[in-house]
Amino acid sequence: MTATAEIVIIIFLLLGVFLTLAAAFGVIRLPDVYTRNHAASKSATLGVMLILLACFLYFYLIEGHFSSRVLLGIAFIFITAPVGGHLISRAAYNSGVKLWEKSVRDDLKNKK
Amino acid sequence: MAFQILLNFFLAFLWMFLQVSFDGTTFFVGYLLGLIVLYGMRRFFKADFYMRRVLAVIYLTLLFFKELFMANIDVLKVILKPKLDIQPGIFALPIELKTDWEITLLANLITLTPGTLVIDVSDDQKILYVHAIDVPDVQDAIKGIKDSFEKAIMEVSR
Repeated sequence: MTATAEIVIIIFLLLGVFLTLAAAFGVIRLPDVYTRNHAASKSATLGVMLILLACFLYFYLIEGHFSSRVLLGIAFIFITAPVGGHLISRAAYNSGVKLWEKSVRDDLKNKK
Repeated sequence: MAFQILLNFFLAFLWMFLQVSFDGTTFFVGYLLGLIVLYGMRRFFKADFYMRRVLAVIYLTLLFFKELFMANIDVLKVILKPKLDIQPGIFALPIELKTDWEITLLANLITLTPGTLVIDVSDDQKILYVHAIDVPDVQDAIKGIKDSFEKAIMEVSR
């Protein structure tokens, strides 16, 4: 019982750390604000959620302590992260940050 | 919908007073019985039986989590690919949803979808401007996904 729980916790933790690392690589490697935002707002969200989930499972299954604050933290990150990504890219667009190689662009014609 | 939930609570309290036992189990039994009563009387309410909407909300939540996982696999593929051959772009997406909270939910859902990120909502709230990380690859597939999202949200709000 404890052994399987430990394995599950380790898997969640490593996956979360790996996703956060991948998000960091994405921020370095991708060419412009918007594509970087893709990496930052998706991978980092799931990465942090998985780390928090592993933390919750560790304290619940190994130590026997049910920490509802960690669950609330997961829920809050899940709700606020996409809104943060949206606002950053919207602010970037409205202050005139150019896209990289563009293919389709409807926004420019219609607005501004 | 809120009225039906309130009525169900009221019936549960009624059951507690009839039983003269005031604890969680009696409340739960009363709530289940009230659910059956409300289901039996569903044709007297204007709105649908509310459990159906609760199920729709649960379905939407599961959809959220599934899309988050798929999006991460997709982004991971783009980041870890040795050659950077993506073609990003912004496209306009007409939507049918009306109220503010439906549009907010759809925008969040799209932001967590593989390869898309909402940049702007038009002033008349009829068009979402979506940034896609790989336009020729994604656009058709995403149209289908979005139809299913809009349908799932309408299922909740109708």
